[in-house]
Amino acid sequence: MTSTNGNGRLPNGSEWGVDLSIDFCGVRSPNPFWLASAPPTNSAYQVRRAYDAGWGGVVWKTLAHEPIVNVSSRYGSIDYDGRKIAGLNNIELITDRTLEDNLREIEAVKKDYPDYALFVSLMVESNREAWHDIVKQTQQTGCDGLELNFGCPHGMSERGMGAAVGQVPEYAKMITSWVKEVAQIPVIVKLTPNVTDVRLVGRAAKEGGADALSLINTINSVMGVDLETLAPKPQVRGYGSHGGYCGPAVKPIALNMVSQIAADPAIGIPVSGIGGIQAWQDAMEHMLLGATSTQVCTAVMHYGFRIVEQLISGMSTWMLQKGFSRPTDFIGKSVERIRDWGDLDLSYKVVAEISPERCINCGLCYIACEDGCHQSIKIERVDEEKYLKRMKKTRDERTFVSGGEQYVHGAGDGFVNVFSINQDTCVGCNMCSLVCPVEGCITMKEIDTGKPKMSWKEYQALLAAGKVDPIKPPEHV
Amino acid sequence: MAGGAKSKSRQIEENFADVHPPLSVDEAVTEAARCLYCYDAPCMRACPTHIDIPGFIRQILHRNPIGSARTILDANIFGGSCARVCPTEVLCEGACVDNTMLKAPVQIGRLQRFACDSAHDVSQKFYKPGPSTGKRIAIVGAGPAGLTCAHELRKRGHDVTIYEAGKVAGGLNTLGIAAYKITTDFALTEVNRIISMGVVLRLNSPVNGQKLAQMLGEYDAVFFSIGLGRTAPLGIPGEKLKGVWESLEFIFQTHTKPLARCKVGKHVVVVGGGNTAMDAANAAIKLGAESVTIAYRRDRSAMPAFEHEYDYTLGNKVQFVWNARPVRFVGKAGKAVGLRCVRTKQGKSSRGGKLTDIPKSEFTISGDMIIKALGQEPLLDLVGAIPKLKLNKKHRIVTDPATGATSVPKLFAGGDCALVPMEEVVSAVQSGKVGAAGIDRMLTEAK
Repeated sequence: MTSTNGNGRLPNGSEWGVDLSIDFCGVRSPNPFWLASAPPTNSAYQVRRAYDAGWGGVVWKTLAHEPIVNVSSRYGSIDYDGRKIAGLNNIELITDRTLEDNLREIEAVKKDYPDYALFVSLMVESNREAWHDIVKQTQQTGCDGLELNFGCPHGMSERGMGAAVGQVPEYAKMITSWVKEVAQIPVIVKLTPNVTDVRLVGRAAKEGGADALSLINTINSVMGVDLETLAPKPQVRGYGSHGGYCGPAVKPIALNMVSQIAADPAIGIPVSGIGGIQAWQDAMEHMLLGATSTQVCTAVMHYGFRIVEQLISGMSTWMLQKGFSRPTDFIGKSVERIRDWGDLDLSYKVVAEISPERCINCGLCYIACEDGCHQSIKIERVDEEKYLKRMKKTRDERTFVSGGEQYVHGAGDGFVNVFSINQDTCVGCNMCSLVCPVEGCITMKEIDTGKPKMSWKEYQALLAAGKVDPIKPPEHV
Repeated sequence: MAGGAKSKSRQIEENFADVHPPLSVDEAVTEAARCLYCYDAPCMRACPTHIDIPGFIRQILHRNPIGSARTILDANIFGGSCARVCPTEVLCEGACVDNTMLKAPVQIGRLQRFACDSAHDVSQKFYKPGPSTGKRIAIVGAGPAGLTCAHELRKRGHDVTIYEAGKVAGGLNTLGIAAYKITTDFALTEVNRIISMGVVLRLNSPVNGQKLAQMLGEYDAVFFSIGLGRTAPLGIPGEKLKGVWESLEFIFQTHTKPLARCKVGKHVVVVGGGNTAMDAANAAIKLGAESVTIAYRRDRSAMPAFEHEYDYTLGNKVQFVWNARPVRFVGKAGKAVGLRCVRTKQGKSSRGGKLTDIPKSEFTISGDMIIKALGQEPLLDLVGAIPKLKLNKKHRIVTDPATGATSVPKLFAGGDCALVPMEEVVSAVQSGKVGAAGIDRMLTEAK
């Protein structure tokens, strides 16, 4: 059996001249792209296909002493204005296969793919003997490590497992310590985001002896309501249940929690970042905020294992451009860039700038600023002919002739709307640049305020000492 | 033989299938997702009826095609027709900002059709007459302008009677646009939507100057939307020969007869360079002509037909002969066998450039059917018979652009007989809306 991804080489970036491999608690992985414990890692058949496709590691779908029973249907999604699956949720439970089948397959797969990381997710009732038993049985397969599923928010939590453990720091610590009593391989504790402060459970897991943390598990969610039948989505004979939310839309929530864990001096153990990874950039962001490995599920459920090729290619070219040779060159590099709001510099100022050459006259910046922000974009009705004189360089792209008449793209009723920023009142909020559909049309430019650097905390101190005047509120229309 | 004939007629039916086929739900939603939802959208401003285009596209995107249809029909009661026949390339789609960003506009026309068809498919009814005001208005001519005016007046509760000279309602929207763009049945469903608002429609009821004077006394207001008349004559020998056709007459038959029974020559020559010439040439090809040639007296750059019409016509393998001015129809035994032309030279490469004949350059284009597509002439007998009715130099009725009012009290006008920005259904619709609002204001203020 091959231990390479088809071309005779490990998928470790060597063809790009970079080293994508990582060391996660002593476990080597050819790249940081792992599959999360989820439907794509339910069987040897799938895991072999994943390794062959180029995934560096896998967390095998959560094992239990007895297979669970699932419902039909199980998944729901939200689309965003024409794009499918901005977010996905599921009410599926842990493995639906016997422990014997899973262990036999894990052993065979590990033997055939020795150079790839293989962790196994576990979840049993909150009982010391039960945990001891499954840990012992599992590590006999030769797998590289264990991941404790303290995060599953639905179904299992109602039976006192999954998130029911992960939401109570004392339970998390206790069960981790039970596992560590017998575990001879690294133990990752997987954290639920359904808590007010994820660091509390992270610290508890560390105290229980966890070697690493992975996060986030899925978020409590109701996907929607079918407006035809009035049943929730997904539905089981007309009824539904809260499920676990994941997919591209959850990435910002995951990044926040990953960075919180990474920045916490009381934790200080490796992190596997999970949540919303679909493009290579998403994975790099997780790593910059502290993740050593990353885990993917939704994007693979949507598009299949093949997406790892684009992840590897994207990561490799980015590393080359940035001059990074190996992941340790950049893992955690952006963690210290996340500060308390009160530490940010109040003297720093950016303002928006619109490129007239690039502007297509859609007006989205204008209406966003006018109705939602700070009324700092001017709209000017310019006669078609005058507009074309201004646009000499791009005139040909903006006009066409038909039936002997000239027409202007972006014009109607004889005029073109031209937009410009009132930089005196612009607060530099970014919104116009976020809504602008044209690459490079609206940019945020730093302007020199002439003021020395001053954070809000410093400002408060200076105010109290009477050393500065209060900052004047911005003008409003 | 019978089998062969049958397959030929089926071929013709296929030739007349929609130029722009309807969008599926998936196509519509994907296309709708391209729309940026511009603020003060150029497309909306470029539409003569100012349909809220970003609004109706967003309704399609958010799976509300019925609401979308209402958005369209509120602004343009011929929304389904305009979706098919509008020169969107120079109107909404020409203005679309995606032309600048992506070199291709959102397919607004096809999305509009999707929405209107969705409402039509479930026989959605949107409008009912307003409470009766007791005011009575006569409308002369049941084309898009007159019908729109009728619809708007019925919404406001006024009684409306339409006098139509022809056998069917809808004017050129029903009969005058080649059937590969709009089917007769579809055009009539949009007419019926208006008639079902309680409009009294009198077909086969031509009006003359005397009758109009009577109407102005009898009714609270009259809206004049009689359109235009016959194709301008060439004034050259042989015009009466058998096989010499007027373009509209040629296109009418594709709506009034089964396609397989429409007359078409083996070798067809079309005279003119406008959109109607393109329609006629394409229809001739689709009806089975072996060759179709368009003869135009100026060159391509001066041709008034839209680029997209020209491209479509070229794609149908129609031949173009530029700088060819007809001098006479060539006949044999009373039948046309060709068109004699003289080569011209154009002063400047623009429509206004002076045209001169090149001596001894005459040549003949053979053809057994010659279609004149030279634009319609105003119905001078009628508009000229109304005392004090102000006309412009081209004999179009001068109206107040804000109200549709003419120089004659109580008489309003719209559509091609008046001065409209372009001779398109959508412009006629807008003039009907303006006229109805003008009439309503006059009647309300008179109280």
